[in-house]
Amino acid sequence: MDLTLSPAEEAFRDELRSWLENNHPGHEPTGDEPGFQFRRDWQRKLQEAGWAGVSWPEDYGGRGATLIEQAIFNEEVVRARTPTPANVLGLAMGGPTVIAHGTEEQKRRYLAPILSAEEIWCQGFSEPESGSDLASVKTRAVRHGNEWVVTGQKVWTTLAHHAKWCMLVARTDAEAPKHKGLTYFLLDMEQDAVQVRPLVQITGEAEFNELFMEEARIPQENIVGGEGNGWAVAITTLMHERATLAFGLQVSLQIELGKLLEYAGQTRGGDGHVTSADPVIRQRLAQLMIESEVLRLNAYRSLSATMRSGVPGPEGSLGKWHWSEVNQALTELAMDISGPRALSANHDWAYRFLRARANSIEGGTTEILKNIVAERVLGLPRMR
Amino acid sequence: MNFDLTDDQRAIKRTANEFLASRYKPEVMRELAEGERGFTDEGWRELSELGWPGVMIPEGDGGLGLGAVELLVIQEEMGYALAPSPLFSTVSAALLLAAAGTSEQRERWLGPLAQGEARGTIAVWDERSGWAPDRSEIETENGTMSATKVAVPDASGADFLIISGADGAHFLVETSSPGVSVVATKALDPTRKLFTVHLDRAPAEPLSGGHSEQVAHAYATIVTALAAENVGVGQRAMEMAVAYAKDRKQFDRPIGSYQAVSHRCAQMLLEVEGARSLSYWAGWALDHEPSTAPRAASMAKAYAGDAGFRVAASALQVHGGIGFTWEHDLHFFLKRAKANAHAFGDSRWHRDRVAELAGVTAASAPAGSPALSTLARSPAPAG
Ligand SMILES: Cc1cc2nc3c(=O)[nH]c(=O)nc-3n(C[C@H](O)[C@H](O)[C@H](O)COP(=O)(O)OP(=O)(O)OC[C@H]3O[C@@H](n4cnc5c(N)ncnc54)[C@H](O)[C@@H]3O)c2cc1C
Repeated sequence: MDLTLSPAEEAFRDELRSWLENNHPGHEPTGDEPGFQFRRDWQRKLQEAGWAGVSWPEDYGGRGATLIEQAIFNEEVVRARTPTPANVLGLAMGGPTVIAHGTEEQKRRYLAPILSAEEIWCQGFSEPESGSDLASVKTRAVRHGNEWVVTGQKVWTTLAHHAKWCMLVARTDAEAPKHKGLTYFLLDMEQDAVQVRPLVQITGEAEFNELFMEEARIPQENIVGGEGNGWAVAITTLMHERATLAFGLQVSLQIELGKLLEYAGQTRGGDGHVTSADPVIRQRLAQLMIESEVLRLNAYRSLSATMRSGVPGPEGSLGKWHWSEVNQALTELAMDISGPRALSANHDWAYRFLRARANSIEGGTTEILKNIVAERVLGLPRMR
Repeated sequence: MNFDLTDDQRAIKRTANEFLASRYKPEVMRELAEGERGFTDEGWRELSELGWPGVMIPEGDGGLGLGAVELLVIQEEMGYALAPSPLFSTVSAALLLAAAGTSEQRERWLGPLAQGEARGTIAVWDERSGWAPDRSEIETENGTMSATKVAVPDASGADFLIISGADGAHFLVETSSPGVSVVATKALDPTRKLFTVHLDRAPAEPLSGGHSEQVAHAYATIVTALAAENVGVGQRAMEMAVAYAKDRKQFDRPIGSYQAVSHRCAQMLLEVEGARSLSYWAGWALDHEPSTAPRAASMAKAYAGDAGFRVAASALQVHGGIGFTWEHDLHFFLKRAKANAHAFGDSRWHRDRVAELAGVTAASAPAGSPALSTLARSPAPAG
């Protein structure tokens, strides 16, 4: 056990730190379009300096870094408070899925433009009738010669309004059992048969969309992982969503907690005392410090187990679920500390508080994650 | 960066697990718990032959000279087996002696402790002070002490007591001395025997060889050892619940197929793994990054205290009526988990300390609370 960085890891971190210091792009402009363009420029800058896709193979434009270096990268970019790269779903999920299941041609075709943010990716899994029960999707793909014709509807599709490619799970065999009749496609969003309509969230923003496909076309070579193998490929995407994203989220949470500690020490409650002196608030702050430490430690334990044995330990399946609870608790405490200030919708914590409600739904609901832990980790009988 | 036990640590853990499983089968644990003494000479001799009482005693003083992580993996397995034993109290006494004993005291006691030829315990709680060791008002007069300490673990089998007194001072009192009386109390957790110790002008030698930082480090090790024990207790309670949920059928289905049951079990895993991560981290900090150790130890103690109890309580619910019977072993785990949560600072106390160490403003906290200041001397962590 050694929780310090090796000299090589330290060198990696120092190099990254100084690069981030010298290249920080400053504050993100407000508004969806300018904000997005800003994050796109930032990602290109990362890519040009070799800092996009750090753990991807060097052959495909990555840096070939170890898992620990990837983790260091995730910590440092959050710590430096740099913007989220524009192509977050391509980097965290689409690229790793292509690396795991794609053909050599697909890797050559898709990976580089993901890294440079030239082509933005979105994830077309959920449908109005199929959320948690992903294997029940109804979007149909029918083969016509060398092409597939796709009709159906997706929903909650984050970034669809900016995306060039969609990771699409569609039914290609209506006769097969539901997990077997699925195929994983890369859908070109730039065609008239694909329509994107924004959905406004409880925060007032529109990060996600409805996606309508009316005889959209997908060439045969855009299948990832083979016809009928869509379930296995989709699981790869979801594992990356829960593991890779969760690692970075865990770091953001530490930063938010730091801000909350500061805020609590400056904010007076109704009794005129600083809120952090209130024994109940102190207890809740301390509990959050402890839980966020658990998130960090579990993430590292899981990485270490993966490096030793190839598979993450049981703690790896807990990260996204636990993170969502802690993040919600953090924003709830922030609201309590804010007192009447929380009533303003412009209050920064009010936004975070609202946004956090999605944490236990997006990327798999907490109930589904508990089912997975119960069945796969603890070996309990399948729920019926 | 590698947050994983080393091969050696893994081997110690496996050996401990197998050894304890063969020696402390549930019926043995039960017999010891229901008996008065709580351990046997044979059992103590076996643990001593493994070197466990001296696991952290320096090699120069006759011990194994291993680190906190090694102690914690043993403690975790002691909790898992729920092996009744004066090991924890003896290890705790040895930690304080090694931290603050004079060279004569170390020479006199550490070797015999490491060999299992002597046992010690620590007496912190007096009715006035609460648990915090430097909250005590007890003083000596002409080298003797008159006081009452409560909830002293394993005192009847101990050769000496380490007693906390006023201003963070500690004293060594031999149990065979005149003026010492040790009275058994009925403990919530029958697997660890507790005693009230009355001192009436008993000879008390000060432990004057160490700094308060070393004493604080010893206490951080002690509370982390209890946290590790609760990791093992929680792990075992969880395994019992999961096994029962697979086996027990109601409405023609295993109860583990109901989410109200399976999600409880998933929650148990979350809490046990969280407690384990914190306990290993605290162990690593105790060995390699002492400035982080007070924070890590308090985090581990608070979290594992809560988690151990909640997991055991939830496991009891999974068992239904059978879980509420004396016949079933589960209640022993529940009681140990709860007792550990209260011993050496409850979760609330340790959370307050976590806040204090992080520099969270506490304008209305009791001014200069000595309990917090002595034990929390290391600087607050940056960022
Ligand atoms: C901010 C945000 C962004 C998103 N982005 C995307 C995206 O980019 N691409 C995409 O494809 N999807 C996206 N989603 C969709 C997300 O994956 C789904 O919302 C989620 O999987 C749940 O599906 P659902 O909304 O249909 O709820 P349902 O599945 O209908 O669930 C409703 C409730 O029932 C519970 N439930 C369902 N089944 C079970 C069960 N078996 N056991 C116990 N409880 C159960 C759920 O936990 C939940 O509480 C996003 C969602 C949000 C909130």
